[in-house]
Amino acid sequence: MSGPSTYTPKSGFEKWIDQRLPLPRLMHDTMQTFPTPRNLNIWYTFGGILTFCLGVQILTGIVLAMHYVANAGLAFDSVEAIMRDVNYGWLIRYIHSNGASMFFLAVYIHMFRGLYYGSYKAPRELIWIIGVLIYLLMMATAFFGYVLPWGQMSFWGATVITNLFSAIPVVGSHIATWLWGDFAVGDATLNRFFSLHYLLPFIIAGVVGLHIWALHVPGNNNPLGIDVKSPQDTVPFHPYYTVKDAFYLCLFVVVFATFVFYAPNFFGNPDNYQQANPLVTPPDIVPEWYLLPFYAMLRSIPNKLMGVIVMGGAIVTLFFLPWLDTSRVRSCRFRPLMKQFFWAFAVACVILGYCGAQSVDATVAGIPLLWVARLATLYYFLFFWILMPIIGLIETPKKLPASIAQSVLGDTAAAAAE
Amino acid sequence: MAAVGAAAAAWPFIDQMNPSAAALALSTVEVDLAPVAAGQQIVVKWRGHPLFIRHRTPAEIDSAKKVDVATLPDPLARNANKPDSASAADEDRVIKPEWLVLIGVCTHLGCTPTGFEGDYGGWLCHCHGSQYDTSGRIRKGPAPENLAVPPYAFLTDTRVKVG
Repeated sequence: MSGPSTYTPKSGFEKWIDQRLPLPRLMHDTMQTFPTPRNLNIWYTFGGILTFCLGVQILTGIVLAMHYVANAGLAFDSVEAIMRDVNYGWLIRYIHSNGASMFFLAVYIHMFRGLYYGSYKAPRELIWIIGVLIYLLMMATAFFGYVLPWGQMSFWGATVITNLFSAIPVVGSHIATWLWGDFAVGDATLNRFFSLHYLLPFIIAGVVGLHIWALHVPGNNNPLGIDVKSPQDTVPFHPYYTVKDAFYLCLFVVVFATFVFYAPNFFGNPDNYQQANPLVTPPDIVPEWYLLPFYAMLRSIPNKLMGVIVMGGAIVTLFFLPWLDTSRVRSCRFRPLMKQFFWAFAVACVILGYCGAQSVDATVAGIPLLWVARLATLYYFLFFWILMPIIGLIETPKKLPASIAQSVLGDTAAAAAE
Repeated sequence: MAAVGAAAAAWPFIDQMNPSAAALALSTVEVDLAPVAAGQQIVVKWRGHPLFIRHRTPAEIDSAKKVDVATLPDPLARNANKPDSASAADEDRVIKPEWLVLIGVCTHLGCTPTGFEGDYGGWLCHCHGSQYDTSGRIRKGPAPENLAVPPYAFLTDTRVKVG
């Protein structure tokens, strides 16, 4: 996609194609010879795993849409028909519903990887920003998808999330009505959510293309966070990383299949096996696990508008990350201070997720979780907006290795390789 | 000029999302109140929303009247049968003191609160912990407004028409 091409057409036919639509050249340069740092570890295989997840969701989703009926009176029954009557419908639906969770599991690992190794820092700011955009699109798609089975959690999740917009002063309630196409979540809402749920994955696929394009300009970051300096620092993408990615993809699929076949409702909520009832809200409504940290933030603020602002702000903050980190060193391996605050941040996110899953007035060992969530929310924003800029300025990083090759092969071997 | 044209072309695609003529057709519902004893609440569906009709006991009415309006988070009546500026005093929340008619949609994020729960004897919303008193007024929690009172009228002493 960028840099000098090393492709040479081998046959007359390839030459003919190359002069008209250089697609084989593109594939050759991006997926075969692409110089990739030789020290990428397991955490770098999640980009490929995420592409796989998107493919699985699109494939299973297209098939499910052949049997699903987007109508408030029929949706719930059509999903049950998929589970009971459609040949292998149970399998395809369980792959799709667990696939969403697997997708988010992979994207969170991918994002924390980027955070730890400083992959958002210059010159990779746009890769990160496009990635956050994909994450936002994923959340929207997952939300729309969760509404489709038209169970109790579908209905009330849709009600709560769309009501977030009603917090906007003056026009809020009009926006909510516009989103619903009615004065409450109903048939019109379900139909448009289905339309958007079908559309967004293809938008995501397009934005993933931009993400990979942007990645192929500076090339991969790596666990050392230092730039590639010579050809000794890299190996061709194929076969080195195609094989490595494929191996870890297989392990990932084992985990995926374990959920699909042995615990298909592990991530689900039993309330969603009851048909939507606009008159009764389930006693404890919780979003899907991957949205829980944000939900905990929303609940920890005792004011409607502020709660929505804080929750939205938590995601908007990620867009500014490349400029909030003032450190010259990318990787946390060489940032002794940042490393500790990074892990504290990861723990804060898990705590927020836990708090979001409990009822509003829950306590642990006498401590109200509401206050735990408030502290964790505070730390989330403190980490990005205060700690990150300051630590970058005051921290003394460890000494960086001279090159990737020297770090991987040792001084003598690296010299010999040259 | 081009911007005006673009906006004019975009508008149908934006406006189609708004409620259709069918959804806009206002509906009314008539409810017989005779079987509802004091201290009971019934839930009726109206325009897709639950409607709370509560037959309040004298004690509940008293406790709602005793509250100093100045201390309420939302000082307005939110009552479609009164002027917009009406205060949240209990008198302005009802037509007849024993019958409290409310749209059962939490003003926070739209859940249906549960009756006879919470610190104020009114409603508790389990979603995010908002608490309403026996006049349906927000007292505690993230909800910004009192539960809305729909337009309604008594046809007879025991029959009410909502909408």
